[in-house]
Amino acid sequence: MDNIANHSMAAAHAAASGGSVAGPRGRKPRRTLSRRNMIVYGTLILVALYYLLPLYVMIVTSLKGMPEIRVGNIFAPPLEITFEPWVKAWAEACTGLNCDGLSRGFWNSVRITVPSVIISIAIASVNGYALANWRFKGADLFFTILIVGAFIPYQVMIYPIVIVLREMGVYGTLTGLIIVHTIFGMPILTLLFRNYFAGLPEELFKAARVDGAGFWTIYFKIMLPMSLPIFVVAMILQVTGIWNDFLFGVVFTRPEYYPMTVQLNNIVNSVQGVKEYNVNMAATILTGLVPLTVYFVSGRLFVRGIAAGAVKG
Amino acid sequence: MTGLTRGSARPNQWLRNLNAKIASIPMILTAVVIFVGGTAWTVVYSFTNSKLLPRLAFVGFDQYERLWAAPRWLVSIQNLAVFGCLSLVFSLVIGFVLAALMDQKIRFENTFRTIMLYPFALSFIVTGLVWQWLLNPQYGIQSIVRSLGWTTFSFDPLYNSNIVIYGILIAALWQGTGLVMCLMLAGLRGIDEDIWKAARVDGIPMWKTYVMIIIPMMRGVFITTLVIIASGIVKVYDLVVAQTSGGPGIASEVPAKYVYDYMFQAQNLGQGFAASTMMLVTVAIIIVPWAYLEFGGGRKRG
Repeated sequence: MDNIANHSMAAAHAAASGGSVAGPRGRKPRRTLSRRNMIVYGTLILVALYYLLPLYVMIVTSLKGMPEIRVGNIFAPPLEITFEPWVKAWAEACTGLNCDGLSRGFWNSVRITVPSVIISIAIASVNGYALANWRFKGADLFFTILIVGAFIPYQVMIYPIVIVLREMGVYGTLTGLIIVHTIFGMPILTLLFRNYFAGLPEELFKAARVDGAGFWTIYFKIMLPMSLPIFVVAMILQVTGIWNDFLFGVVFTRPEYYPMTVQLNNIVNSVQGVKEYNVNMAATILTGLVPLTVYFVSGRLFVRGIAAGAVKG
Repeated sequence: MTGLTRGSARPNQWLRNLNAKIASIPMILTAVVIFVGGTAWTVVYSFTNSKLLPRLAFVGFDQYERLWAAPRWLVSIQNLAVFGCLSLVFSLVIGFVLAALMDQKIRFENTFRTIMLYPFALSFIVTGLVWQWLLNPQYGIQSIVRSLGWTTFSFDPLYNSNIVIYGILIAALWQGTGLVMCLMLAGLRGIDEDIWKAARVDGIPMWKTYVMIIIPMMRGVFITTLVIIASGIVKVYDLVVAQTSGGPGIASEVPAKYVYDYMFQAQNLGQGFAASTMMLVTVAIIIVPWAYLEFGGGRKRG
């Protein structure tokens, strides 16, 4: 935004100072600018509509009854608003033999996401702190491996992890899945925290050392209170990432612990029974609601989080 | 105690900086055991004939020969190539154009960005299911266009094996271009204002400034974005599972799904390991040159 502001200002300057030379060109930019604006806004509004369309269709479909869906078109607003599909999606939809709806998956996802977020952030922040301020021999090597490892397809490491978890006796349980999320959250979170801590003024750390503070004292008394924003970014990243996970949920848990995304997929793509599109769409919105809420509440911080976390894929 | 400085001459090297080492144990374990160990394990076992359980009975390149002879794998690779190339090109072009539009000192920039980026917050499962519904031939876009009078209109990618991958591409672009736009916009904002001033003074038209000056200057941003998109493409799995489950038939299979199905459904671990090793090779082909370019001159510290 700034550079555009400045370059049009520069143009104005050029026109003013060199007016005698480029006189006839004085008013031209304004006219092209407004025509250009129409193109710019027109395109952006069209694009915005394209992005919003699926959300609109989801909501509209979920509020219709099945008869109306069969005769009507998917873009038409509901003639008769019904919340029954939502109730059904939440409490009655069937996966296999269970007919207690998405609520089970929702609570599983909560039980997976909350501890995973806390544990992964706790571990990664201490890691990042050690890497930034207490570097020991070999630390950089491990860190490099960690970052390169973030690019390895998960499929390559899944089976060895199954074996490790089985040996530990936690394969198929929530604990196992939490460990997996902690492992795969580690590269990006460690990077995030390391860079943040390294950017804090070194004098603070040195002063604390002179005063005799040790590793944990500095971490809890100085680093932690100063780094609230980065913790929020990390939380946004992890909550959306873990909530949206599908692969780990399906590989590392038993059906009774399936997270919401897995259960949603099982409900919608189950082959038996009549397809109830309104219930499916209600279930889809319900699953997307948590990350969407995080997104709309966090705003700019989310952008910062994904810019840092984009490597996670 | 904790306060041992790096400079102090201590007889016991291992106890120095002990707390930092203890704190790094999870990182070291993850890096060494999971990332290095796990990857090596999978590669080694891809040369065995493991079926239900991993067994160390080496069979050379048998699994790879079988893999490259399997029609399903060839379809997967072909899909990945088509999907990968198209989504790279489209998301870079669309992302950059959108970013350039957003960079025109517009009003409501935050609103537009919020709208373009929200799909990225959603799960691939959610995205896949929404587009499955929108592309439903009986009720979705096809039926709408037909009801407008164009009765021969046909657009049913999810039920037509020739174009199914494009149906997935539409959904993937809907979800991912917002992110590319944001990365590009950050890159555009990082361009020195003097460049714009100079181009303006020289009377170079705006589009030409973008193509000839700005894009070459944003090389780094483009490469980073490319790597991010590419490594995401190789992993694409959830989207396909939700949208088509690999169907119709095997028309929309992808390598990641092949791996999962062979490891956990078909009880043919060796095939799964071989296929996942091929995925690793694919990623390496993308990452290694990039890492070499980016960090080749030695990593900066701090």
